[in-house]
Amino acid sequence: MIPELGHFALALACALAFAQAVLPIWGAHRADARLMRAAPALALGQLLALGCAAAALVWSSVADDFTVLNVAENSHTLKPLLYKVTGTWGNHEGSILLWALILALCGGAVAAFGRGLPSALRARVIGVLGGSSAGFLLFCLLASNPFNRMWPPPLDGRDMNPLLQDAGLAFHPPILYAGYVGFAVPFAFAVAALLEGRIDAAWGRWVRPWTLASWSLLTGGIALGSWWAYYELGWGGFWFWDPVENASLLPWLTGTALLHSAIVVEKREALKVWTVLLAIGTFSLSLAGTFLVRSGILNSVHAFANDPTRGVFILGLLAIVIGGSLLLFAFRAPVLAPGGLFAPLSREGALVLNNILLCSIAAVVITGTMYPLVADFVFGSKISVGAPFFNATVLPLAAPIFAAMVVAPGLAWKRARLGPALIRLWWAAVAALAVGLTAALGPAQAFPALAFGAAAWMILGAFAEIVERIRLFRTGLGNSLSRLAGLRLSVWGTTLGHAGMGVLVAGVAGMSLATQNVVLLRPGQSVEAAGYSWTLVGLRDRPGPNYAERVATLRVAPLGAASAGGSFVMEPSRRTFPVQRMTTTEAAIETNGLADIYAVLGEERDGAALMRLHYNPLAPWIWIGALIMAAGGGLSLLDRRARVGAPAKARTRAQAEAQAPDAGSAVA
Amino acid sequence: MNRRALLLAPFGVAVLAGAGFWTVLGRMRQGSFDPHDVPSPLLGKPVPDFTLPGLAAYQGFSAADLLAQLRAGGRPMLVNFFASWCVPCVIEHPELMALSRDGLPIWGIAYKDKPEAASGFVAQRGNPFQRIAADQPGRVAIDWGVYGVPESYLVDAGGVIRWRMAGPITPQIAAEQLRPLLKTLA
Repeated sequence: MIPELGHFALALACALAFAQAVLPIWGAHRADARLMRAAPALALGQLLALGCAAAALVWSSVADDFTVLNVAENSHTLKPLLYKVTGTWGNHEGSILLWALILALCGGAVAAFGRGLPSALRARVIGVLGGSSAGFLLFCLLASNPFNRMWPPPLDGRDMNPLLQDAGLAFHPPILYAGYVGFAVPFAFAVAALLEGRIDAAWGRWVRPWTLASWSLLTGGIALGSWWAYYELGWGGFWFWDPVENASLLPWLTGTALLHSAIVVEKREALKVWTVLLAIGTFSLSLAGTFLVRSGILNSVHAFANDPTRGVFILGLLAIVIGGSLLLFAFRAPVLAPGGLFAPLSREGALVLNNILLCSIAAVVITGTMYPLVADFVFGSKISVGAPFFNATVLPLAAPIFAAMVVAPGLAWKRARLGPALIRLWWAAVAALAVGLTAALGPAQAFPALAFGAAAWMILGAFAEIVERIRLFRTGLGNSLSRLAGLRLSVWGTTLGHAGMGVLVAGVAGMSLATQNVVLLRPGQSVEAAGYSWTLVGLRDRPGPNYAERVATLRVAPLGAASAGGSFVMEPSRRTFPVQRMTTTEAAIETNGLADIYAVLGEERDGAALMRLHYNPLAPWIWIGALIMAAGGGLSLLDRRARVGAPAKARTRAQAEAQAPDAGSAVA
Repeated sequence: MNRRALLLAPFGVAVLAGAGFWTVLGRMRQGSFDPHDVPSPLLGKPVPDFTLPGLAAYQGFSAADLLAQLRAGGRPMLVNFFASWCVPCVIEHPELMALSRDGLPIWGIAYKDKPEAASGFVAQRGNPFQRIAADQPGRVAIDWGVYGVPESYLVDAGGVIRWRMAGPITPQIAAEQLRPLLKTLA
């Protein structure tokens, strides 16, 4: 019964989405206020219906209703409750439903918080979001319905892929999808602006917070996925240039570019056409990434249920959404009035450079990802493009970004001079040089040393902006502190965003110094590696809810430490899942914030265990850096100026009212 | 005019990419293109040299035995790597039985399997094989370039490998690929 209700709610949501796509846009075209006013109600109705559908699917999974095909194929009575809930989006059908739900959430958010928007713009934005929703919901209903039944039901389900039964991965898809789908809002604003034929600073102010929110979520989602690969796959790597990873990196790159070009639209009303194209392109890349992964066109370690038939449906959907919006762009973009002029050397110019470089990286990543397919299809040769290609092509393009992103915030709008901007960074440059030289004289080779220097440059340079703004050491300390307290949150956001990138680069550079030892240990034996002494205390079996686990107990002590005070215990394990006949490795990771000690249990031979022991310097910084970047985005979002429209208006109105009685009394 | 062409360029790129994907998907659905397919370097080459003992009471074979039988029979044979621990082998098993009933000689190689388990597998489910060899260390499978079980190789009467299937031979794959090929080779 519950699954039928869910199915009905899904169909209802689809019908509402179609109405949401047609009525408001028609209303905006005819300037019919009543039709336009239907938009928020339809968006919220669609959200409510989809919420019910998702709840019904979760209920079916938690209640072990194996008459639902999707539950039977992906769940098991013994599966822990957390994974019964999160497992609903760990498969193809459920993930599409989650995708549609987040899209509806975006529509609902614009409906709920968009009161300050001009009514025609709001109607068009909600209409475009409704159109995208309608397409995805139709796909959900026709080609990947999560509520399909099976009869007779099996006694028990087939269980979920054990690699996905992990707390980190449980929350990876919702965050990542929120990032992907969030770019639907800038996309909808771009299409609405093209329909309207007008873009102004207010448009930029509206697009930027949405871009910022999606970008922060996407950053967090990618970082979470990378962290999962680091500890769950047990290879000790964190980024594999796998097609699925590249598919998430592409919208991140263009989204970062969009974030910066939207600033130019907001502040200077320039780069309008380009920003619109970036908004369309970013969402298109999000959609295309999903398509490539689901259709089975690209080879990837992340196997979803691949199905060319579904691929054809999604391709049709993409043709309408991407093709339609780009065609609209081609015909309507000339209508957009060009805005402010600027000299090549200016803040605008620096942001254009950022856009050019980021888009070049995106182009390179697309080339590397697609080339194996082209080579296979056109030339019939099987090749794979891996890390060497990406490292050799992405790094030369990233280096100028790293250099310029520190200088750019110090440049003036319209026309700037490079000298003053560089001079105030002298101490950051000296410190970066010192860090680079120290690394080069120490353990690092030329390349990591360069990266360490770049990281120091970015982190210190980011804070140079703060130092400059509070006039540290050039005015009294008290004055500086009061300036510090008065700094806008968006300034902190920029600083954290840029410094986070520096921390991430430091982490990646540190990982290039990682060491790895493969050892065969019997219980009681010990080995010395990477400055630690590793003793295998014992091997034992430990039962789990739906798996059997083999656990190794390692005692690790730093070499040269006189007492046993610094020693700690690590328990790497292997889990065997009988239902799926799969084994997963659970790496044990001990971190002190500066380095990870990472141990993996391998096969056992004649009572001895094969173990891999890694020492990964600065590894945690990779994810800490990404989190700092996401937090920077969040801080910018909290800035009052980002919440333009209703709140600002309310305040000015309140001030006007507060002043009015005074004026009245003065007259009296 | 120039500006208009520039603004149309993104649409043009999208159309090209879409058309490309459309073609790829079409070929994938026809089965004439599979991006996940890993080609065997042994296709079109003679069978590698090997000698394997028999599995339990079954008769083992070497490359020479296989070639002698091929010459004597004058028609293609199927060599199938299987294991009792492999689930897709269970899925594949009925189709092997059907192919065997239809007159295709199949010789089996039990890959990295305990002899009693592998012979139990055949005894319990039915035997599609004329001979079964045991490759317990899995070394011969490396020479054949086996990715995983089940994996099957069609060898023509001249001893040349003509077709390979990594994964289970499903009724669909047999009908679309193997049986038409057998007709042309016969």
